[in-house]
Amino acid sequence: MRKGTLRQILLITDGCSNHGEDPIAMAALAKEQGITINVIGVLDQDIIDENGLREIEGIALSGGGVSQVVYAKQLSQTVQMVTRKAMTQTLQGVVNQELKQILGSHASFEDLPPEKRSEVMEVVEELGETVNLEVLILVDTSGSMKTKLPTVKEALFDLSLSLNARLGNNRFSIFVFPGKRGDADKVLDWTPKLEAISTVFPKLTSGGITPTGPAIREALHHFNKKRSLRSLLSDDDPYIEESM
Amino acid sequence: MMIHTSKNLCKLPAGTVVKGKWHRHSYKIVKSLGQGANGVVYLAQGGTGLVALKISDNSSAIISEVNVLRRFSEVQGVALGPCLLDVDDWFHPYINRTVSFYVMEYIKGEDFLSFIHKKGKEWIAILMLQLLGDLEKLHAAGWVFGDLKPENLIVSGSVPRVRLVDVGGTTLRGRAIKEFTEFFDRGYWGMGSRKAEPSYDLFAVAMIMINACYPNRFEKKGNEKEQLRAAILSNSYLKKYEKVLLRAIEGQYDAADEMKKDLIQLIHQSSSRQGKRVENKQKHSRKKKRLLETAFLVIFVLFAYILYLYAQIL
Ligand SMILES: Nc1ncnc2c1ncn2[C@@H]1O[C@H](COP(=O)(O)OP(=O)(O)OP(=O)(O)O)[C@@H](O)[C@H]1O
Repeated sequence: MRKGTLRQILLITDGCSNHGEDPIAMAALAKEQGITINVIGVLDQDIIDENGLREIEGIALSGGGVSQVVYAKQLSQTVQMVTRKAMTQTLQGVVNQELKQILGSHASFEDLPPEKRSEVMEVVEELGETVNLEVLILVDTSGSMKTKLPTVKEALFDLSLSLNARLGNNRFSIFVFPGKRGDADKVLDWTPKLEAISTVFPKLTSGGITPTGPAIREALHHFNKKRSLRSLLSDDDPYIEESM
Repeated sequence: MMIHTSKNLCKLPAGTVVKGKWHRHSYKIVKSLGQGANGVVYLAQGGTGLVALKISDNSSAIISEVNVLRRFSEVQGVALGPCLLDVDDWFHPYINRTVSFYVMEYIKGEDFLSFIHKKGKEWIAILMLQLLGDLEKLHAAGWVFGDLKPENLIVSGSVPRVRLVDVGGTTLRGRAIKEFTEFFDRGYWGMGSRKAEPSYDLFAVAMIMINACYPNRFEKKGNEKEQLRAAILSNSYLKKYEKVLLRAIEGQYDAADEMKKDLIQLIHQSSSRQGKRVENKQKHSRKKKRLLETAFLVIFVLFAYILYLYAQIL
């Protein structure tokens, strides 16, 4: 199998969108483009709005990813867990596709006897360790999320610590929404290190609206822009080049 | 606790029979042994006796753990984890879905912290020596345990012996640690990477010793290295092991054997110091006793003399 790049959007939010396109539709669009969306809902107290919860689960489901609702305190552990879990899930999807080609359309991971599953799992783990990963982090800075930003920052540091221990390469980019003018602002362009965030986070201001759908659209645009730019510049895999 | 939005496995009541879809073995649930991020572990009655059975709706997590246990069984001569007995699927009647489970040896015993609480702090270093011995073998076989913490240590047997359970974090050397718990994770404390290398586990061993003396644990507060040092120095038990603990925290041990050797040395030092103190006390009391005897004798002789004089006068 050729070693590819996994693409993920990690959405960190604390509530419901109230502006622009339906984020669930945007998530479906992402999935069609091979980009997985994971969502982490950050809680203050026990209460979470039913609609917010449904939206969080809906985005992850339609974006082919994983969702989790947590208290701010557990954010670090959750961010890395969700990212890893989604990677495994995606890779398993890829492996399942291959299995179907070999074993027929009915075969999937769960249908295999445990012994065979063991072998497949070893391949999935091997891939998870070595595959290249691009994560675009989309942070909701509207309303009450503002007070949770220091925790978000710490969780992202922690994420890079976990992912950079892998053998594969990583790239991170950060967008916040709502943006100063548009729906979302890029605060960090693609970089292998998330350390740079300490300088961008304190400067953020928060707005009133929560345009989750349009922000996802912006994020997808950023993924695509990069790819077309790269294909203009060179034919070979830009990944290998830049990570040398 | 994490709030599980969807995947919630409800607890199976005692008496439920779990029957494997592939291998057709049956297990009768006795009680729950514990619950973690990756599923629930039950005590169950199998065909040949009591077993531990782990159920999860995350079949890849189950298979991943099974793979580790299977590899462990290939390491000759030592039990690095519970012995693997069976792997299978089961149609869960309460959630109407097929879930995965595996069956392993039931390790009867007590978790590390309750054992220490009952039997006393002097056991901490002894059990850590046993653990370091096992880690040395595990590392030599090409693995790093990863999620090392008191909850994953069971003290078992009439001669207390520490055993490792929950291989969910066990990772091939050189890869990224699969699963960890913040307090025992050197990444959290800013003391190193999350690469699976022996020094990652040895950091956790030091934190287990600290946890044994600070049962409530604590959170990082900036300048983490200083914070950990202060925690060690302000506890009389940990202070004795300052040298070895600090070295482990700073990642200066490349092998469990090195740490074990240093720990043994400190145990002897501290116990010989204690021993001396006891001896001193004994000598002291012996001296006191002799002094008392002499005084008694003098008084007795004096008294006899007075009696004698008195008799003479009469
Ligand atoms: N073989 C065993 N024998 C006896 N008790 C066991 C055994 N395996 C697990 N347990 C008990 O069950 C508890 C939970 O199991 P385990 O830690 O494997 O679950 P988990 O989902 O991986 O949890 P974690 O979130 O800690 O990783 C353990 O802390 C231990 O007390």
